[in-house]
Amino acid sequence: MNAPLRRLAVVVALLFASLLLSATYVQFVSAPELNARTDNRRTQFKEFGRDRGPILVDGRPIAQSVEVDDPYTYQRKYTSAQMYSAVTGFYSIVYKPTGMEGATNDLLNGTADQLFYRRLSDLFTGREPQGASVELTIDPKVQKAAWDALGNQKGAVVALDPKTGAILAMVSKPGYDPNALAGHDVAKVTKAWNGLLDDPDRPLDNRAIAGRLYPPGSVFKIVTAAAALEGGYTPDTLVDGPASLDLPQTSASLPNDFAGACGPNNKVSLLDALRISCNTAFGSIGLEIGDDAIRAQAEKFGFGKALDVPLTVTPSTFPADPNPPQTAQSAIGQFDVRVSPLQIAMVSAGVANGGVVMRPQLVKDVLSANGVDVIQRPQPERFSDAVSGQVAADLTRMMVAVVDDGTGKRAQIPGVRVAGKTGTAQQGEGRPPNAWFTAFAPADDPKVAIAVVVEDGGALGDAASGGRVAAPIAKQVIEAVLNR
Amino acid sequence: MAVVTAVETRPRRNVELVLLIVSLGIAIGAYVLVGIAAEGRVQANWMWVGGGLAVLVLGVHAVLRVVAPYADPVILPITTAINGLGLVVIHRLDLAEETSLATRQLLWTAIGVGAAVAVLVLVRDHRILARYTWTAAVLGFALLLLPLLPFIGRNIRGARIWIGLGPLSFQPGEIAKILLALFFAGYLVTARDSLALVGRRFLGLQLPRARDLGPILVAWALSLGVLVFERDLGTSLLFFGLFVAVLYVATERTSWIVIGMSLFVAGAVLAWRIFSHVQRRVDIWLHPFEPGTFENAFQVVQGLYGMASGGLLGTGLGEGRPDIIPFAESDFIFTAIGEELGLTGIFALLLLYLILVERGLRTAIGARDGFGKLLAAGLSFTIALQCFVVAGGVTRVIPLTGLVMPFLAYGGSSLLSNWIVVAILLRISDAARRPAPAEVTG
Repeated sequence: MNAPLRRLAVVVALLFASLLLSATYVQFVSAPELNARTDNRRTQFKEFGRDRGPILVDGRPIAQSVEVDDPYTYQRKYTSAQMYSAVTGFYSIVYKPTGMEGATNDLLNGTADQLFYRRLSDLFTGREPQGASVELTIDPKVQKAAWDALGNQKGAVVALDPKTGAILAMVSKPGYDPNALAGHDVAKVTKAWNGLLDDPDRPLDNRAIAGRLYPPGSVFKIVTAAAALEGGYTPDTLVDGPASLDLPQTSASLPNDFAGACGPNNKVSLLDALRISCNTAFGSIGLEIGDDAIRAQAEKFGFGKALDVPLTVTPSTFPADPNPPQTAQSAIGQFDVRVSPLQIAMVSAGVANGGVVMRPQLVKDVLSANGVDVIQRPQPERFSDAVSGQVAADLTRMMVAVVDDGTGKRAQIPGVRVAGKTGTAQQGEGRPPNAWFTAFAPADDPKVAIAVVVEDGGALGDAASGGRVAAPIAKQVIEAVLNR
Repeated sequence: MAVVTAVETRPRRNVELVLLIVSLGIAIGAYVLVGIAAEGRVQANWMWVGGGLAVLVLGVHAVLRVVAPYADPVILPITTAINGLGLVVIHRLDLAEETSLATRQLLWTAIGVGAAVAVLVLVRDHRILARYTWTAAVLGFALLLLPLLPFIGRNIRGARIWIGLGPLSFQPGEIAKILLALFFAGYLVTARDSLALVGRRFLGLQLPRARDLGPILVAWALSLGVLVFERDLGTSLLFFGLFVAVLYVATERTSWIVIGMSLFVAGAVLAWRIFSHVQRRVDIWLHPFEPGTFENAFQVVQGLYGMASGGLLGTGLGEGRPDIIPFAESDFIFTAIGEELGLTGIFALLLLYLILVERGLRTAIGARDGFGKLLAAGLSFTIALQCFVVAGGVTRVIPLTGLVMPFLAYGGSSLLSNWIVVAILLRISDAARRPAPAEVTG
């Protein structure tokens, strides 16, 4: 019986050889593929076990990782969480990171290419790898002023430094608590997420840049005015401003918000048309210069262009091929014109900066984990030349008139020349209008450009207008910038 | 049967002692390391657990010096190393899941070692076991079928291979495997001549007579019964594989292997065509990542992820996440080792098992009686088959089944039966390696 026993021993050896092979296949050959699978919780634990860098505002963390005693090792914590939720987004074990947590994920978690040499030295020194910290351009005082000024109204505020493009404030209301989504209890996180998703007020939307776009209403008249001025108009050019503008090809007409004509003999200067927000005048300008001219001007301000700040901004749109009545509607920011608050702030910023729009930017600098080495410091960058210096000066004069003696009086600040424009965008039957205000100040040496939108008329409802609801908010934010 | 002259005449008990100390050192060292890695400090009970294990196996060693001085000196140290490593990994999972299975495993180790000592002391000559051939058959088949009875049979995780009395549960198949190995050895040592020599040749194979097919058909039907009614491919494969292996060794006829394999494959394919639980197992085996099977394949997939994260060198004891895998302490302890000790640890472990099995087969070759040869071969082969079925199941060589790694995995029935297996192997090896009596008979 010894011969078959020896053969059996060989069979056993072959069985074990197959196990050695299969184990090698799993642990060596296919291991990279298995480790890379998205449903692999071990990979998640590894990712979440990294010492993720903080997001800083004025040197203080608004998002940071704190060591905890659970499998994930680190817990992401947010301070002033609601106020900054639109900026930070959240870092969750269940969902993809959003906001700056998502946009700068590879820097924060330390896997970005810029951090390669640091990782290399970590490998040799045996130091725990750490993510970089991302310092934002947000000014906490301005952010707080915007957050408080919006109160419990829905809407958004964006404030820019027109000379650099630095975003000083980015507020979207309602906000949410990212801490609720950053927890390590999957069931709780899922519940919180579903609650936020089901909330009709859409708190997860960053209304400032990437919510549903808004019809801009009369704040768009700055763009139409810019197109007209670029096309040879002056602030003193008289345009048609009847009480109601008959639209060609239809029986419809375009009325003013106020009863009556915009000036004697149904004529009004371009400056006054903007000052009192004369719909019929801008409607007729639209018909006069045509949709192509307005669209081209809008695109110079950034409409239709992809933009990452590094949060991704939804491009604003001007209708592609409107007929004349639609062009007249579009010229006053109705029909299918849709904008983000950031885009409107960029229009004001472009005017404020002598016609040059600077690329909006949220990152001030990226610092290595030790807080000393600067890994990245974005420099101010030209985004576009929207209008000539002369046109910018004309627009500034006209926008100052709006605040001095027009629809934007509530944005007046003693001792400061404020340039602005109101907007009261109709949303159709039965819904209160969205109230807009965009401005920059001081007019002669701009420190801030701002856009404010308050949804559904805010606290005033149907009685709302851009001047009554949005202008006072803009004023408080501008004051916060000028007083710092 | 060839006449075997004893090659080795020295007892080698001191070699065993040295190897035992090495095994204990590895196990106790690993136990301490787990505490340091997982909790940042040495676990207070390391001396109790380590000391307990040491007392137990050194006790076996002492008993061997008296009752089986010529027993194989490698078997006990390997068993100790694997059993100790099992305790370490179970302890490691205890720390992660806040359970206390390691203590119970140590208790079962004690019971298993006690049974082994009892076997060594009571059975001074393994040949007396041949007297109980048919008793073992009856008891073995009864134990195998016991879980099918109402009231005491228990369905755990889809397989009906457990019996339960109150809080205690037991896998009778584990004991049945010893009894059946005993029965096969006792039966085939007498029946082997007619099974081996009679029959026609066909295509180079010595085919048996139809009437001699009886025993293998009975074994086949029983193993299929286990597969279908107890829903356990592992036990079925173990039982049938054991029978075919012993049959082959007894008869030296390759035709039995061909017949056996054909029968098993035919039966397995039939079962796969008919039964949904078999189909599910096969789906999990072939397509673990596909959406349709992903839910069911969770355990397998997590096991693969665990092994993959271990890579070549492992995360280190206490540094991985084997607790993510359901039942990591029993069915999937192999992947826990793959994760924390890496491919290196897996290789070491598999080679330990391989050496253990080959020492068992060496014992069979050395045994001077047919019964001893067949018994040692059968028992050794069960260890090999169990390793193959479990490790092959988690690494997707074959579908996953309900067996556990001998000595390593958490489970009282398995520890108890495998320690008895080791005791029998030690007993046979003592006889095999003992200096031949003056008159050598074949």
